Amino acid sequence: MRVILIGGGKTVYFLARQFISKGYNVTLINRSADEAKNLSRQIKAVVVLGDGSDPAVLEEAGARRADVVLALTGRDQDNLVACQLAKQMYSVPRTVALVNDPENEEVFHQLGVTVAFSATRIIATLIEEQTGFEEITNLVPMAEGKIVFTEVAVGEDAPALGKTLQTLDLPEGVLIAGILRRGEVIVPRGTNRVQLDDRLIVLGQPETYGAALRALVGGEG
Amino acid sequence: MAAMQYTVIAGCGRLGSLLAGDLSKQGHSIVVIDRDETRFTNLSIEFSGFTIAGDVVELEILQRAKVDRADCFLATTNDDNVNLMVAQVAKAVFQVPVVIARLFNPAREAVYRELGVATISPTKLSADAFLHSIQTSNQSQV
Repeated sequence: MRVILIGGGKTVYFLARQFISKGYNVTLINRSADEAKNLSRQIKAVVVLGDGSDPAVLEEAGARRADVVLALTGRDQDNLVACQLAKQMYSVPRTVALVNDPENEEVFHQLGVTVAFSATRIIATLIEEQTGFEEITNLVPMAEGKIVFTEVAVGEDAPALGKTLQTLDLPEGVLIAGILRRGEVIVPRGTNRVQLDDRLIVLGQPETYGAALRALVGGEG
Repeated sequence: MAAMQYTVIAGCGRLGSLLAGDLSKQGHSIVVIDRDETRFTNLSIEFSGFTIAGDVVELEILQRAKVDRADCFLATTNDDNVNLMVAQVAKAVFQVPVVIARLFNPAREAVYRELGVATISPTKLSADAFLHSIQTSNQSQV
């Protein structure tokens, strides 16, 4: 897997290290001479000094053979143009852009970026869900946030306590994928009963999530 | 030309302010957007349109300028990538019929022509003008 990362800061540094540890071939593009020099000393990757939205710089970074380009700068316009050039000029199959203005997420999809994600939106959703339900201990958005995995604890006040899964009043699009009970993992059937201190692994779509969590563990939400 | 053309101009530098003044004089209804309020002093006294201080890469600023109702959108900021982005947004999201972006770096021109963005490159225009002048002065010497 050949990956080109455009941008700087801690995010790019740690992402690059993670990709390298997975065995990916990583090339970085950074426009600051100082930062580019530091990055090339700190990580085992080729670092190209330049503007990632300049076709010549992308080509030098090996865009022709790249599998994916990630544009992670703080400027939406630079991220968009870098992704579009990578796709149009060098036929890079997947492009990923960081979107700083959450409203641009949809716009970027429309303009041909494979994956556009807004850190603002992800963090806002996390905080909202975490503060709404303190029983939630873990939350993993998947498929660009279209589906979410969470782990919820069953307390004494939980409406689901003592019920079998098939009698729970769950909305459409929500599934109890697992029950963690005293260190054991149960892949449940409808006849399994929810017990105190169970941890439920819940899979669901964000729209129905609030209703699902209220049915399971109560809470304000 | 239609009764009252509505034109939105992104960027109020030398080019943006010049276009705003001229189009205003021709009877266009104009809105000029620039991040830096002080740049609106570039506008000539003929300018009779509106100004909005804000960053054009924010969708909300374009909505406030009512780009959805514009007949024409001109991207003239001094940043090529900003121009390329907002021109595409004007076209794809707000369906503006006529959209033109200024591009200093001609290297990206061909790609964006393929993507349906009309561009004008001052670098290329100057080069063409230089070449034309050289040719005509050579001919007159013969």
